[in-house]
Amino acid sequence: MSNIETYNTAFKDTLEVDDAMLGADLVYQSVENWDSVGHMQLIAALEDAFDIMLDTDDIIDFNSYEAGKAILSRYDVEL
Amino acid sequence: MFDAIAYHDEGRSVTYKEMLENADRIGKRVEPRSLVLFVATNTGESLEGYLGFLRNRAVVMMAASSIDADSLEALLEAYKPEYVWCPDSFGYSSDSEKSYGRYRLCETGMTGEAKPHSDLALMLTTSGSTGSRKYVRLTYENIRANAISIVDYLGISPGDCAITTLPFSYSYGLSIINSHLLAGSSLVLTEKTMFDREFWDLVRARSVTTFGGVPYTYSMLKRLRFERMDLPSLRYITQAGGRLGRDLHEHFARLCAEKNIDFIAMYGQTEATARIAYVPASRSVEKAGSVGIAIPGGELSIRDESGGEVEAPDTAGELVYRGPNVSMGYASSRIDVSRGDDFGGVLATGDLACRDEDGFYRIVGRMKRFLKVYGNRVNLDELESMLAVEGIVAACSGEDDALRVFVEDGDPKSIQSIVSEKTGLYKGAFDVRLIDALPRNDAGKIQYSSLEDLC
Repeated sequence: MSNIETYNTAFKDTLEVDDAMLGADLVYQSVENWDSVGHMQLIAALEDAFDIMLDTDDIIDFNSYEAGKAILSRYDVEL
Repeated sequence: MFDAIAYHDEGRSVTYKEMLENADRIGKRVEPRSLVLFVATNTGESLEGYLGFLRNRAVVMMAASSIDADSLEALLEAYKPEYVWCPDSFGYSSDSEKSYGRYRLCETGMTGEAKPHSDLALMLTTSGSTGSRKYVRLTYENIRANAISIVDYLGISPGDCAITTLPFSYSYGLSIINSHLLAGSSLVLTEKTMFDREFWDLVRARSVTTFGGVPYTYSMLKRLRFERMDLPSLRYITQAGGRLGRDLHEHFARLCAEKNIDFIAMYGQTEATARIAYVPASRSVEKAGSVGIAIPGGELSIRDESGGEVEAPDTAGELVYRGPNVSMGYASSRIDVSRGDDFGGVLATGDLACRDEDGFYRIVGRMKRFLKVYGNRVNLDELESMLAVEGIVAACSGEDDALRVFVEDGDPKSIQSIVSEKTGLYKGAFDVRLIDALPRNDAGKIQYSSLEDLC
């Protein structure tokens, strides 16, 4: 699986969103499952999938589908 | 004290004097001894409404703002509250409404035949967000006694400042509000979560000294690398709402000791207003995994199957609590609001516990089958009957934060949606598993022990 597919799968599995929703409109608390519990699951899924450990600030700033891409690039994950 | 700040809400700082004036303005709009269905949020309006209704002796019946339309309808039908107090955006309206800031007071046009008992102050659900109609009946004395006790054992002072991390409608969240107001401390009211930058900005800007969390809050804090966060104003943090687990308890006990923050793990039930026991911060590392000792003014004991008291250490039995914070009992419809005291100050907790040589209690199991899932109490038998109503034969098991639903047929995805809808739980919080046959004994009873072997 390519990195972007892995990234998308983490969103789809933990937040229960479909492909059409993956985009700039997908932000923290914009969908029912992206609450604090969902956020923790999403971060855990991404950390496991890419074998990285995000910093506190990055976990907090990871507040949208797009923002997450920029954050992961700093962990050498090219999407 | 009245010129001290009572709460901060989105940049507004309100003194105790102003808060009580606002509260009484709202409170006098309702009839004493009426019932108010209270849709709670962590906002100034919610707090002032709560205080105003209590001060004018209307009975407050709490509901979470996330309550779904069906559950709301069922509550209105069952309890016939005279008023609904709710946020502007909430999905309820009536012909007679009045606005207060971001809240509305709606007259429902209903009148319950049963008048509330003279001691009844507040009704809370035991199950968090599960939309249950079952409420606990609390008195003015329950609220006062538990708050006094909490102020005492946490040493809360006017210099403290608590930020909200839990729902206002939840007994633990409300106990933080009550105890800090009693101590003359200040509150930071926010709906932001620990994953919002604004939350941590508020903690720093308002020099917050304390917050509370359920076990999953502490899992989140661990993931957020709490050890690296620089929060110099924090004086003590508390945990309740389910078993933290020995490892996580010890992790935070050690970490907080290094950071010079008191970490206090606590145990409680809504049936006892909120708090029952606590582990003093000084014993936190040594007694990790324990629920501690009884709060000031309360008493714990262990009862065997025949009702006798267990004196020997490390011997399991039902944990029993006695104290002035034990509620009057339950309600399931309007008629029950006039009931008197069913519990008589004694609460059989339903938890199996034993006491160590030092007098500290440890929970070892439960008499009834229920789990805590992200702070919400889920009764597994109740869940099975709810699913049966939907035509789904299921067996539910698991442990805290990991509910498992076993079914013989059907589509796991759609069953997951139904469970989520019925319980209000996040779908990732539980598993639906399709198995060939639910293990049953000759009498047709589900064998939960064999079910666990399938995991």
